Amino acid sequence: MEAILSIQGLKKHFGDNKVLDGVDLEVSKAAVTTIIGKSGIGKSVLLKCIAGLMAPDAGRIALNGQPISWERASDGGTHCFSYMFQNNALFDSLTAFDNIALPLRETTRMKAKEVQERVESILEKVELEDAAGRYPGELSGGMQKRVALARALVTKPDLVLFDEPTTGLDPERKFSVFEMIADYRERFGFSALLVSHDIPEVFEVSDHVAWLDEGRIKFFGEPDQLNAEAETALAGFLNKANYGRKK
Amino acid sequence: MIYGLGRGALRAVHELGEISLFGLSSLLGFGRQRHRAAKLITAIHEIGVRCVPIVATVGLFTGLVMGLQLYYTLVKFGAESALGTAVALSLIRELGPVLTALMVVGQAGSAMASELGIQRNDEQVDALQTMGIDPRGYLVGPRLVAALICFPMLTAVFDLIGIFGGYLTGSVLLNVDAGVYWNRVFESVSWADVQGGFVKALVFGLLTISICAYRGFNTHRKASFPGVRGVSESATRAVVWSSVSVLAADYLITSFLL
Repeated sequence: MEAILSIQGLKKHFGDNKVLDGVDLEVSKAAVTTIIGKSGIGKSVLLKCIAGLMAPDAGRIALNGQPISWERASDGGTHCFSYMFQNNALFDSLTAFDNIALPLRETTRMKAKEVQERVESILEKVELEDAAGRYPGELSGGMQKRVALARALVTKPDLVLFDEPTTGLDPERKFSVFEMIADYRERFGFSALLVSHDIPEVFEVSDHVAWLDEGRIKFFGEPDQLNAEAETALAGFLNKANYGRKK
Repeated sequence: MIYGLGRGALRAVHELGEISLFGLSSLLGFGRQRHRAAKLITAIHEIGVRCVPIVATVGLFTGLVMGLQLYYTLVKFGAESALGTAVALSLIRELGPVLTALMVVGQAGSAMASELGIQRNDEQVDALQTMGIDPRGYLVGPRLVAALICFPMLTAVFDLIGIFGGYLTGSVLLNVDAGVYWNRVFESVSWADVQGGFVKALVFGLLTISICAYRGFNTHRKASFPGVRGVSESATRAVVWSSVSVLAADYLITSFLL
């Protein structure tokens, strides 16, 4: 499959702590790639480096073959991808409608009517038509997730980065968020890079799994290949994550 | 001790440079924003309109107290007729710009630092960046331009109400002739005095709003604690450093103007 995102030799350290020590990763087009790994191993740091929220020390990140310039990204210059934050990062003072419309109003030359049509259409797809005029504080956790997802998808990005999208949700809601990602991926056809601790539930929606350990990607393959994976450390990690018991 | 002093001075200069670059990039970023007028109106409402009541109240009481204090000082020299001159010049040259700036810092500056700090902790600033929106231009730029518009206007409100307060105590309460009071006000105040007050207001506006926004925006880097305590620390430091900078800048500008 053709790669939409290509990462080569990405390094990032904080003082003496080498968090990323030469990460190589390719994310295929129209596929969901999930990064798994222990807490604090650097999964979110990797995502933030890709999004331009953190400057890597070395390495190359290319989106659609074009290298991402960190300086440009940090000024808000890159937007062919979207980022869905762990805690949704919705603007409290804006309604659900305005939160979703924000990237269209601020980064495109679309007319107000076109913006309204696009936002209404996506609100319908995420089944939030009735919540358009409500503020994030008036919405349930699941509804907030859907607003955040709608905002991430409204610009029709090539790639969506999901940073632990199910944090703080109960098992039922976790499942529905994964279902939502799988469902909308089908409908919108975006590529996704997901960071998650929810093993094995997340494998249901993943085309590829990447295991980040000691600053590098030590396993990359399809979820089915995990069963055959004899590498001791990964097997140990999966056992600790109850993979054997849950699958 | 000397080492510590030098280190502190270097840190202060470095921070001042960072604040200047932050303010400049925010203003430039605002120039590249869409829907600038709408953002500016919101910022003017936040910094200007919402501060009018507190500025007017403090202006009135300052004028009332000055009328009293200056009357009893001037009457010792038989110069109570100069009350209008003394009240008007003190307010227009010094107290108006300084107290207005301190009031706006207390009302709008602290709120802004807290709001930006919460937005930073809540990853809303990062969200803007990933959406392709320059967060400094979007969040800080309009407030800086609004400060340039609102500070001189609020200072004018403070001055006018303060002079009226001086009239209330001087003429209504202590029987200084109203005609003499107002005549002295109009005669003694020159355009240069008003201009000097406005220059101060502009500098204070840029300085205080830059410091408050910088503190809030950089809560994750500058505060000693994460989370709510970090936001509260940022707001406190924003108010303290803005107030100190107003007084320091006032001294510098006055020494240039006189």
